[in-house]
Amino acid sequence: MTAALRDRLAGYAFVGPFLLVYAAVLIVPLVMGIVISLHRADLFGRREWIGLDNYAQALGDPVLHQAFGNTVLLAVLIVPPLTVIALLLALALNRPGKFAAVLRGVFFSSLVLSVTIVTLIWRFILTPDAGLIAEGLEAAGRAPIPFLSDPDLVIPAIAVTTLWWSLGFPVMLILAGLQQVPGDIYEAAALDGAGRWTVLRRITLPAIRRTLLLVVMLQTAAQLQLFGQAQLLTGGGPGGASRTIVLYIFEVSFGRWELGYATAIAELLFGMIIALTLLQYWLVTRHEEPRA
Amino acid sequence: MSGLELIDVSKSYGATPVLERVSLSVLPREFIAFLGPSGSGKSTLLRIIAGLETADSGEVWLDGERIDTRSPGARGIAMVFQHYALYPHMTVRENMAFGLRNAGVARDEITRRIAQAADILEIAEQLDKKPGQMSGGQRQRVAIGRAIIKQPRLFLLDEPLSNLDAALRGRTRVELAQLRTRVDAALIMVTHDQAEAMTLADRIVILDDCCIQQVGTPAEVYARPANAFVARFVGSPPMAMLPATIAGEEAGRVCVRLAEGTVLATAVPAGELVAGTEVEVGLRPEHVRLAAPGEAGLAAQVELVERLGDRTFLYAKLEGGAEIIALEPGFGTVRPGDAVTLAIDAPCAHVFTASGAAHHPEPRA
Repeated sequence: MTAALRDRLAGYAFVGPFLLVYAAVLIVPLVMGIVISLHRADLFGRREWIGLDNYAQALGDPVLHQAFGNTVLLAVLIVPPLTVIALLLALALNRPGKFAAVLRGVFFSSLVLSVTIVTLIWRFILTPDAGLIAEGLEAAGRAPIPFLSDPDLVIPAIAVTTLWWSLGFPVMLILAGLQQVPGDIYEAAALDGAGRWTVLRRITLPAIRRTLLLVVMLQTAAQLQLFGQAQLLTGGGPGGASRTIVLYIFEVSFGRWELGYATAIAELLFGMIIALTLLQYWLVTRHEEPRA
Repeated sequence: MSGLELIDVSKSYGATPVLERVSLSVLPREFIAFLGPSGSGKSTLLRIIAGLETADSGEVWLDGERIDTRSPGARGIAMVFQHYALYPHMTVRENMAFGLRNAGVARDEITRRIAQAADILEIAEQLDKKPGQMSGGQRQRVAIGRAIIKQPRLFLLDEPLSNLDAALRGRTRVELAQLRTRVDAALIMVTHDQAEAMTLADRIVILDDCCIQQVGTPAEVYARPANAFVARFVGSPPMAMLPATIAGEEAGRVCVRLAEGTVLATAVPAGELVAGTEVEVGLRPEHVRLAAPGEAGLAAQVELVERLGDRTFLYAKLEGGAEIIALEPGFGTVRPGDAVTLAIDAPCAHVFTASGAAHHPEPRA
């Protein structure tokens, strides 16, 4: 065996285990999903080829349309505020000292809670009978607000819950981005007489634009798949007002056992997320020159 | 009072003092080098002048105005950073314009100044590039351009040559020398490279141990170092220091006895140096040479030979262990391990007392 061949085999041996796992848990299910979506299929293995019928059904499904609207609205209500709040927090916490370190830990801590705990906490806050907000309103002599049963309030309520839960990770990402910015640029800006606002706008934001893009892309992809909060807080109600796409997929597959149709919706969602992510990347990077 | 004036500037980080009551006057248009080993406080002093650090006490004045109470941008100072600190996402043009825009300079004035600076520094072709697309030398020029364009009253240069390779360093040194003729401002350069300081500066400020050890022209700090530290620090290779005792005096000049017994008649005025005092005798390599055959001298064993082409340095050990460095013109034939006899130009020797105070030779009246 030649040395070159041995090197190549060693290389494949290093990459091999990862490729196997990657294929087993991602590539194979993706392909199987596409295949299943072209069948009328249930959870018990019955398969009947129907071509693109499931996709045609999805395009005309009023429940899916409503779920789509809910999901997009949630993403719009969550991603921009989340990015801005995370940026402001990261800017405030990007300093030495024990106090800032403790606060960094506090903001990160909500992230380690499971969705079950998070929804439980927010149920205590939102519920109109003896919830935290209701108690406050009552003390002020106002009637409690039924956040989780009013069709107009349920989406904002889920959005706020998700904001609270999801803040930690973007804050950490942006903090990491801020710490990559070389300190001497800020010193040069100070000597150039730049005020705080100018420094933020002309130095800091351009320096972390790739981190911000990453945050927006990750959060968009995550919030379009919002599921646990909606299922646990409202079960999609009232009247489907908080049903998200993934919650609908769950209902179709495990409630109605229509696996083929559920998979078709999942593939549509997958395509939508990929397209949005690429669009965001293109929008942000199209003016950047290739790096030297 | 025009120029820069530092009055009793002190700074410490926690319990660690960095600068202790440093005072200094810099004349307008003067080129000053802060020279010192790592941790001597030279960079901290530069950053205090720039306003990037605050002094614990003391005052900084520039052209008759107190500036240590002002923000860095309001001091009339420009700085070239060690790693250039160019704004990576801005073009060269934007990098240079940034400070002027913040200062509210009119748009066509900015354009005019950029064109002028780009012309001087030969970067006119690079104006629309970003720093990431440029070489180290080009970035250095942009950093200098960004400083010039502000027409500051004082230029600060933090280790300006340390990031460049040897060839570029020589060229940039020439450019820095030209820079001073083009700007109507004083320049202060921080460096740990004495060749830079010696060749560029009008005066050198040597810092060590939180204090200024000496301020003087390159010739002064070389020929009349204020103390043993400066004597060791300036000069390459450094001055050799031989332990000795004062043997007596002869016509008002001290004679010293080296550890191995030889007595040297120096040209150092006796003054308060009394016989029996323990001292160190400082000898520059150019005052130690190989003795001619038959000439009396110090027996030594060569340990290391440094051949530079035009001259050769011999690092040798005297009997008794003291280290001495001799200079031989040309390429030389001495090899490590050779036993040699060294002739010493005793009237050029310096004498340092135990406290480090220097006593220099003086020509006889």
